[in-house]
Amino acid sequence: MMASSYNAKDEDGHHSGSVSHGGAGTAKSKKPDNTAFKQQRLPAWQPILTAGTVLPAFFVIGLIFIPIGIGLYVTSNNIKEFEIDYTGVNVDSPCYTCANNFSWNSTTSCSCTVNFTLEQPFENNVYMYYGLSNFYQNHRRYVKSRDDRQLNGDATALKDPSNDCEPYRKIGVETIAPCGAIANSLFNDSLELYYVEPSGALNAVPLAKKGIAWWTDRNVKFRNPAGVDLPTAFKGTAKPVNWRKPVYELDPSDPDNNGFINEDFIVWMRTAALPTFRKLYRIIHKNQSSTSTLPSGRYVLNITYNYPVLSFDGRKRMILSTISWMGGKNPFLGIAYITVGSICFFLGVVLLIIHHKYDTRSNSADIPN
Amino acid sequence: CDPVYFTFVCTSFIHLWLCVSAEEERKVKANDRDYVCVPKSHFCCIPMNFIFFSLILVQSNCIMTSKYNMLTFLPVNLFEQFQEVANTYFLFLLILQLIPQISSLSWFTTIVPLALVLSITAVKDATDDYFRHRSDNQVNNHQSQVLIRERWMNVRVGDIIKLENNQSVVADLLLLSSSEPHGLCYIETAELDGETNVKVRQSVSVPAELGDPNNLATFNGEVVCEPPNNKLDRFCGTLYWRDKKYPLTNQNMLLRGCVLRNTEACYGLVIFAGPDTKLMQNSGRTKFKRTSIDRLMNTLVLWIFGFLVCMGVILAVGNAVWEKEVGSLFQSYLPWDPPVDNFLFSAFLSFWSYVIILNTVVPISLYVSVEVIRLGHSYFINWDRQMFCSQCNTAAEARTTTLNEELGQVEYVFSDKTGTLTQNIMSFNKCSINGQAYGKGTSREKNTERSKRLDFTPFNPLANPDFCFYDEKLLESVKVGDWHSHEYFRLLSLCHTVMSEEKSEGELVYKAQSPDEGALVKAARNFGFVFRSRTPGTITTTELGRTVTYSLLAILDFNNIRKRMSVIVRNPAGRIRLYCKGADTVLLERLHPCNQELMTITSDHLNEYAADGLRTLALAYRDVSEEEWEVWSESHRSADKAVDCREDRLAAAYDKIEQDMMLLGATAIEDKLQEGVSETIALLSLANIKVWVLTGDKQETAVNIGYSCKMLTDDMMEVFTISGRTVQRQEGDGVAGDDQLQGSPCPLPPTYLMDNISGEFGLIINGHSLAHALEADMEVEFVSTACACKAVICCRVTPLQKAQVVELIKKHKKAVTLAIGDGANDVSMIKSAHIGVGISGQEGIQAVLASDYSFAQFRFLQRLLLVHGRWSYLRMCRFLCYFFYKNFAFTMVHFWFGFFCGFSAQTVYDQFFITLYNIVYTSLPVLAMGIFDQDVPDHRSLECPKLYEPGQLNLLFNKKEFFICIAQGIYTSVVLFFMPYAVLSNATQSTGVPLADYQTFAATTATALVIVVSVQIALDTGFWTVINHVFVWGSLGLYFTIMLALHSQTLFRIFPKQFHFVGCAQSTLLQPVVWLTIALATAICIVPVLAFRFLKLDLKPQLSDTVRTHLCVSVAITTVIPRYFAVCLSIHDFADFFGALFKGNSPIRSIFLCEILRNSCFFFS
Repeated sequence: MMASSYNAKDEDGHHSGSVSHGGAGTAKSKKPDNTAFKQQRLPAWQPILTAGTVLPAFFVIGLIFIPIGIGLYVTSNNIKEFEIDYTGVNVDSPCYTCANNFSWNSTTSCSCTVNFTLEQPFENNVYMYYGLSNFYQNHRRYVKSRDDRQLNGDATALKDPSNDCEPYRKIGVETIAPCGAIANSLFNDSLELYYVEPSGALNAVPLAKKGIAWWTDRNVKFRNPAGVDLPTAFKGTAKPVNWRKPVYELDPSDPDNNGFINEDFIVWMRTAALPTFRKLYRIIHKNQSSTSTLPSGRYVLNITYNYPVLSFDGRKRMILSTISWMGGKNPFLGIAYITVGSICFFLGVVLLIIHHKYDTRSNSADIPN
Repeated sequence: CDPVYFTFVCTSFIHLWLCVSAEEERKVKANDRDYVCVPKSHFCCIPMNFIFFSLILVQSNCIMTSKYNMLTFLPVNLFEQFQEVANTYFLFLLILQLIPQISSLSWFTTIVPLALVLSITAVKDATDDYFRHRSDNQVNNHQSQVLIRERWMNVRVGDIIKLENNQSVVADLLLLSSSEPHGLCYIETAELDGETNVKVRQSVSVPAELGDPNNLATFNGEVVCEPPNNKLDRFCGTLYWRDKKYPLTNQNMLLRGCVLRNTEACYGLVIFAGPDTKLMQNSGRTKFKRTSIDRLMNTLVLWIFGFLVCMGVILAVGNAVWEKEVGSLFQSYLPWDPPVDNFLFSAFLSFWSYVIILNTVVPISLYVSVEVIRLGHSYFINWDRQMFCSQCNTAAEARTTTLNEELGQVEYVFSDKTGTLTQNIMSFNKCSINGQAYGKGTSREKNTERSKRLDFTPFNPLANPDFCFYDEKLLESVKVGDWHSHEYFRLLSLCHTVMSEEKSEGELVYKAQSPDEGALVKAARNFGFVFRSRTPGTITTTELGRTVTYSLLAILDFNNIRKRMSVIVRNPAGRIRLYCKGADTVLLERLHPCNQELMTITSDHLNEYAADGLRTLALAYRDVSEEEWEVWSESHRSADKAVDCREDRLAAAYDKIEQDMMLLGATAIEDKLQEGVSETIALLSLANIKVWVLTGDKQETAVNIGYSCKMLTDDMMEVFTISGRTVQRQEGDGVAGDDQLQGSPCPLPPTYLMDNISGEFGLIINGHSLAHALEADMEVEFVSTACACKAVICCRVTPLQKAQVVELIKKHKKAVTLAIGDGANDVSMIKSAHIGVGISGQEGIQAVLASDYSFAQFRFLQRLLLVHGRWSYLRMCRFLCYFFYKNFAFTMVHFWFGFFCGFSAQTVYDQFFITLYNIVYTSLPVLAMGIFDQDVPDHRSLECPKLYEPGQLNLLFNKKEFFICIAQGIYTSVVLFFMPYAVLSNATQSTGVPLADYQTFAATTATALVIVVSVQIALDTGFWTVINHVFVWGSLGLYFTIMLALHSQTLFRIFPKQFHFVGCAQSTLLQPVVWLTIALATAICIVPVLAFRFLKLDLKPQLSDTVRTHLCVSVAITTVIPRYFAVCLSIHDFADFFGALFKGNSPIRSIFLCEILRNSCFFFS
């Protein structure tokens, strides 16, 4: 119960007696208007924190939060997630050679294979992520090192991108497209997943590479520059320093996924908020025939190792996850809700005890009148 | 424009040349604009014209009160605004932001708020200046009849000007001639000192032939006078003409701002023009008052600034470490910007970058918001009908808009008596003539003792019917021709400075400078001695129906030191007599020894009158022989002509003749107490405000008023009186007084025990003793003694002493003082107190002009302090707490983020959010709270004066409260950063796309922040008017609207670079996880606050909380009777339900029942 009210005070009675003369006769009375606003008598709701309002609030918060928390926790626990680090830090890890021999300048790519086993089958759509650690995509200089006008297909910006892209703005006289440090550091490992049939045969898992970016990014924010075809459109620009191939060859097989609107590129360009992050790489759509998308069993992850992270002590991971209405696995949220709900409830109980034990309400009866 | 009747041609132009060197005196030559005036030392100046040329200023009458014109407005105003430290600081930030290596925010995040603040101030300045321009133009373009037709601004010193009836005086003029007889002219000085009575001025007596305008054109007199100053009542100079010297006094001057009355025309020589006039010299800037909250705020802003630097240093160190350990390795992806070649330089730049993004802890909008809130409060004071006086049609006025919250912290009120506590409407009430007392009953006794009111009309056709007197014996004695009675009233009809105006025969209107004088002349009129008219040399009266004309030989002025005035008249029979009236203290000392016996009786009467609270004057006369007159008038004349020390010499001359006088009697005038004075004083003392009365009245009068307004009561254990009559005796007396205190039945404890004395004491001290007490060695003792007393009355004090007492308390008590008064003698006190209040009453408007607040009646003071002051203080404190809280909660998130983004000064939020947060998203709800909040309604704070105490003790906003706000803000920022961090780092959308991208994170944190601070303001707001609702909900709505708009595709298509958050709002706000995060963060931020507030309220409720709780219950009962049972029952049920869980029967029920019973009784009674 909210101990509150709308106060509607009656007209000030103090005055009516003394006003009787003078007011009528004088031509212009300077008496201020008698409006509720000017007299500060606007009707108002005056809530007060009383035992009747605060204690129920605590119990209500507790009673709402705890079930939500349990629900979230259960949902999160039902989500299956598998994560594997393939950086190759240890000597015995499969990618150790690739990781240590690789540099940006090498022309040949290095491949390595990681084996793993899924204990439980993954149902419905399975999402495949790559994760990077200790990678500061949120550094101020990194975040601003891009030109959204260029990425939006603006012809002038293509030739003359913003200074923010420095030092990845130009090579000689040719401008870089896409310019800037973000694009330059595009994640370019390719991952392939094979299911090892009980027979031992490798069965490639179909990986969908579209539908992994925001709709607005894909359709509004990123656009290819106008031109007959992509190579002409990008004529006169250079590829970013670290890239092997120019932007119009990111996915030659699909013109809808090439150039600036390549979804892998778009996903990379959406910078992460924290130095440890994951980005959606591929989607494994549920196949109608079999019961589970990824049955339990042995898998082989084939990595084309192009992306060096060891130099700055970074890590690379591959993550497989199913999803629910609330997204991926996220046990924290459920636990947090349960904790906060319990604390509220507990606080409510403690406050109630305190309220009863040390009630000072009796003192208040003697307020002066 | 005024019509011009004739134009005078004057070919000679007048220029006044002033030397830049210190001016000792000034010379003006009539009709000679080329005359050069220089200091005495360079008297042979005419040949030196050319040498001085460049050093010399031309003095015109043009007045410029405006500061800007069209061209200079922008540069000058901006220059002035950037003199504010805060504005310069933000300009500095702006410059920093233009350096690309440092810029962590776009330039518009700073320039938008800065421009807003600057333009609000500029608009205010421009409007002010526009009105000043308008009034300047109006004034400067008045037509005036110089000898040539001129506009006011073209009038020059040395011009001779013609004035006509009801015209305003253009400049400070020396009156040369007048159309009225005897060179008299009449002026009203309302604009100068607020006095509305007509005063008389006399032209320089000698150049009588100047009456003819033609002669005036050739007049070439030269005036040597004092340099321009601001003393309205003083002028000293000499006119040299045709080898003769004529002394000039204030009587010969017409000052700018006066209005000519009852005079057809007059001519004057311009002495001071334009800014040199006394009016302009007086309109100097008043001392700028600051409130204690202001000072605290400035300190806090400095601290915050220090805090900002600390944060910057910590983050810069972090940056150095990061760049060394991580950044240098990460260079393959993110190379250092060209000028940066090592981690130390990078750290240096990062420091400045962080100064930029953390600058929002030093809130630019704070000062503007505070001003807006104060302005709102001032308007509420102006609009208050309960502080409107219908008799005089005056509303209360907040003349200063910057002091409102200090009204809620007042501890000492210094009040004048006459006109402030009393009405200053005088009535002649009692008198003592030749040892015989007449008159019954003051207005207070009247009701009990119904005596017949005298009817004068049959006896005297000229009597004023409004006059009341209750003793027929006096009328009898006049009728039988008692010599003393006749002489007594003759004195009253002659010895004064009242002007009369006789519109038709017998219809006399008196215009008196002081109400006392008016009352006395009116009394004489009713008793048959009617003052009819005066000229400089004569006074005409009608004595018992017979017209008599006295020739007026001299007027010996009244002043505060002499405390008496005299006239010397020659009656038609040729006898010269001096009539004197004055304060008994001075007058009784000057009597002839043979008056001893009469003096004793009269003194007894005087004491009796004073004890009744009446204002007394003693009257005496002296016969002056012809020879004596000759001698004295010669000495008087020489004193009058003296150039230096003229006033002292005049006083000495006056003193010489005012000796050996014969006592006639005494008058007693009643000054009625204002309505509601005693109630107000009682209420203020309940509110722990100490009221000191500082008055110029006699001790007995003051004590009596003290009792009648219940400052002094019979319950007081002791009323100490410290009075020494002379300065010499005071040396001993002060000590004796102290000894006496020590030896009194309840000895006054030593200083260190002052705080815990139990009884109530009163202290009365007179001016002489006060002078002694104010000396350095007694000061502390006086303050501690006085503060231990419940009531303090200082009587016989001078205006300067009033100010000294105020300064003393300010110095020793560190308490907020308020001075209230109505007269010119209170101005010094009003100016030196923290808050000055002027009563717009009978004594002109000088006090009002010097005051910060003005109203018509003393009793409005309770409303000003207990209602408006209290609210203002409360609102300002709540506003400041919340303001600092919200800025810290907002800014500190960047600090935490710094640890995760390589200390690179990356912001957490979108830069548009940073720009708009303080000026759009969160400004209005807190402004609404700062302007409209009320904890208890006005009548409650008057009923319960104890509610005023938190303000005096400065409980609601002090350093401790500030740190609590800051801590709460930092806690909120921690929650706001780490909750999204923990939840989002692994979360994905329901489409599988990770949520941990920067834009989603920014939008989530920002939304959570806006919601948390909105919930917090909702908790802080205690008084939800419609406006609060609109602002709080509106701000939230506005946030989401603006966010959706800024993240829309349309804006992105136009400016892709600025609006790169495209699509972020939709994709973020549709995610359940985001909303769950926001709800979680809000709960974690608010629940502890709620718990603390509840505990505080439950265990240690403030009085206001208690009053408020009661009020709500009672209002619930009174207004919602049908519903209240349900309401109360639900409280019971709940309380009982949980109560039963712990112990059998809760006391809540019975208490509630009692309360309800009490309140319903109250309601039904």
